[in-house]
Amino acid sequence: MSDVDKVITKNTKIVSVTHISNVLGTINDVKEIGRIAHNNGALMVVDGAQSVPHIKVDVKELNCDFLVFSGHKMLGPTGIGALYGKEDLLNKMSPFLYGGDMILEVKFKDSKWNDLPWKFEAGTGPIAQGIGLGKAVEYLESIGMDKMKEYEEFLTEYALEKLKEIEDVEVYGVDNAKERSGVVSFNIKGIHAHDVSAVLDREGIAVRGGHLCAMPLVTQVLGQQSVVRASFYFYNTRQDIDNLVRGIKKVKEVFHGH
Amino acid sequence: MVTESMDTNYLGDEEIYKENILDHFKNPRNFGEIKICEICHSELNPTCGDMVKIFVKLKNGNIKEAKFKGNGCAISMASASMLTEKIKGRNLKEVKKMSEREIHEMLGIHLGPVRLKCGMLSLKTLLKGIEIMEERK
Repeated sequence: MSDVDKVITKNTKIVSVTHISNVLGTINDVKEIGRIAHNNGALMVVDGAQSVPHIKVDVKELNCDFLVFSGHKMLGPTGIGALYGKEDLLNKMSPFLYGGDMILEVKFKDSKWNDLPWKFEAGTGPIAQGIGLGKAVEYLESIGMDKMKEYEEFLTEYALEKLKEIEDVEVYGVDNAKERSGVVSFNIKGIHAHDVSAVLDREGIAVRGGHLCAMPLVTQVLGQQSVVRASFYFYNTRQDIDNLVRGIKKVKEVFHGH
Repeated sequence: MVTESMDTNYLGDEEIYKENILDHFKNPRNFGEIKICEICHSELNPTCGDMVKIFVKLKNGNIKEAKFKGNGCAISMASASMLTEKIKGRNLKEVKKMSEREIHEMLGIHLGPVRLKCGMLSLKTLLKGIEIMEERK
């Protein structure tokens, strides 16, 4: 965060930042980053794929110019997501896809684009996915996003505490559960992430192993070949974390023999 | 039990980290370099960062010596260790015909689609190395 001021300059056109890191779980202060971006005349684009499903997100509060999120990370269908954009910016933009419903009038030499949002929704949309995503949003709202954050904090705090107690386990990211979301990335010294996840899989524990689509962060910042990531949502319990701890001990047994 | 009719990716209750795989991982055979050799090639498995470098010395079209270096998961390292043992003394033409089936037989386990890349990395590296050597001729 301390470097943001130096990285964003008057030459910056667009600042694109993830709201919550899918590797470290860090919640970035995108409101402050956006303020710095705007002071330099740049546009602020937020990747909300990890934040919209887990915390309360208010685009007006954040004052971001654009925000994107995806259905499959919030109990919704795959292949659908949403793009939020400030109305005046979207009005200034030209369509990038052409097809049914995105025009008001077509002539031989020119056309008139339809109003927002149809201007950007050419052709037959993914109808089933749209209905599914809508239901997912309703369901998450019925639980309450503040409650969701609070519960994930409770799980994350417990997971951080338990994982750090295990010898040879290295946990990445900030210590304070309040500053992060419910993902915990770690490694067991001397055992490759894929070997860890394969043994955990056999124990009935689903984790992700690898670069997590963030190779520069994993290899250059964390200095690791790969990492293992446990992700929590509101359907997980402290018992799941106890099982993870047991699973990690099993991994160590298989590879270290103790 | 995996039967003929089942998908080869089906693992069932089979243990992936069998004794021989863990043994080759913990005590790799032929680990090291060959300073002067005909085949020397390295490949990377980008999804997990596994790296294997294979060195092969030839004599009359046969593999006289094979060594490897690298780092990665147990499957990729054990596979490289076993492969260097398996190809030693064999004819290059035979080795060029090796495929996924032999790797599965060699490891003695069925690998799923994700781990298959780990298991195949050493053979892929060797075959590419042979190809480069033959192009050079």
